[in-house]
Amino acid sequence: MTEHVVIVGGGTGGTVLANDLADRLEPELDAGDVRVTLVNDDPDHVYKPVWLYVPFGQRELDDGRRRLADLVDDAIDLRIGRVSDIDTESQRLQFHGSAPSVGYDYLVLATGSTLEPDQIPGLTEDGHNYYSESGATELRDELLSFTEGDLVLSVIGTPHMCPAAPLEFVFMADDWLRERGLREDVDITYTYPIQRVHGNPHIAEWARPIMEERDIQVETFFNAESVDPETETITSMEGTELDYDLLVAIPPHRGIDLIEEAGLGDDGWVDVDKHTLEAEAAENVYALGDTADTGVPNAGSVAHYQAGVVGQRLASEIRGRPATATYDGKTLCFIETGMDAASFVEFDYENPPSPAPPSEKLHWSKLAYNESYWLTARGLL
Amino acid sequence: MTDIEPDGTVDARGATCPGPLMDLIGKIRGAESGDVIRLLSDNEQSLTDVPEWAEEAGNELLTVEERDDYNAFYVEKA
Repeated sequence: MTEHVVIVGGGTGGTVLANDLADRLEPELDAGDVRVTLVNDDPDHVYKPVWLYVPFGQRELDDGRRRLADLVDDAIDLRIGRVSDIDTESQRLQFHGSAPSVGYDYLVLATGSTLEPDQIPGLTEDGHNYYSESGATELRDELLSFTEGDLVLSVIGTPHMCPAAPLEFVFMADDWLRERGLREDVDITYTYPIQRVHGNPHIAEWARPIMEERDIQVETFFNAESVDPETETITSMEGTELDYDLLVAIPPHRGIDLIEEAGLGDDGWVDVDKHTLEAEAAENVYALGDTADTGVPNAGSVAHYQAGVVGQRLASEIRGRPATATYDGKTLCFIETGMDAASFVEFDYENPPSPAPPSEKLHWSKLAYNESYWLTARGLL
Repeated sequence: MTDIEPDGTVDARGATCPGPLMDLIGKIRGAESGDVIRLLSDNEQSLTDVPEWAEEAGNELLTVEERDDYNAFYVEKA
């Protein structure tokens, strides 16, 4: 009997996993003993880290898009469609439209994050972000003509995609404005919901002095409650009000509703064993990347490493062997600290990050990785 | 044991910092003034995070109950 693995989500986690399985299970796929289907609601794969560079005019959206069909091994069945229901009892997925349902023996959810700016009144009207394609281009149009006033970057809620990106944005904006001779005319303020500038205390301790050095104002314990586009102010639950001329906000994030409706976890994140990545509430279901509620950052490197673990576990299960591969929390990030310098961190569940001194070499390493990312998606790197 | 009846509970046991505090903030965001939210957390950091935030935001931390392997924080929204 053919075992059917269905992966939902063609982002980093889902695409790397599909290619990992194509390689790992090649004999079984060739023999027809296993079938792997990758489901995505868009024919394209999107590499979101490119969006950080778009507002500064350094990258175009197309730099972050490739056809999934060009990235995924031919042994994988690619299905473009939107799932409308996950039934973990009958192990079946329903689709929107007249597309037929699909049964699975193993399901992997890699559905990522969605943005919910509407949670904060006024944010949709006047808040900019670089966490979506439309947001990044609209912010670019604003930023390129912004020459003076208050630039506020507000991190509204966690978890959000790429926890380092808000720090990167203010560091890059500071440097970019200095290079253009505008920094003295622009005040930059960074807000964060808890009592430090980043969720990870080690990264927060590293970043805070850099912000002081660069004259980036900081407001901690700032949980945005509302934005008033008329007066151009953002107000926090803690009672602080900030004026802005350009508001860049990391909107609230959540997973997809289908996950909550399927009883797999709250807010669209799947409750998983943080080592095996198996869903707590259903059999034969895995989650990875942003979708898996493990407490590690929502980052592409996490999805990449987790895909390798899930790939090994699925291959073991399909071959009737005990699945022994586990995820240790490994996370790896470059952090831009300006337009031509970056730091680097690597950490896991047991070992905290220790940011490397910023250097031009690390900046170029980050840009080089962004270019070679497509090899990661293809399962080659 | 307290006899406070919470209006809502957030179970953040197992979550790493700052997860429990952010979960509490999220729940308080949608609560009415005067509502009491109970946060269950087994993260040590919550013992400092929650009182500090409650004071900053003007909410009242009514009590902290020590259970066997976690703490229960009762926060009243201002």
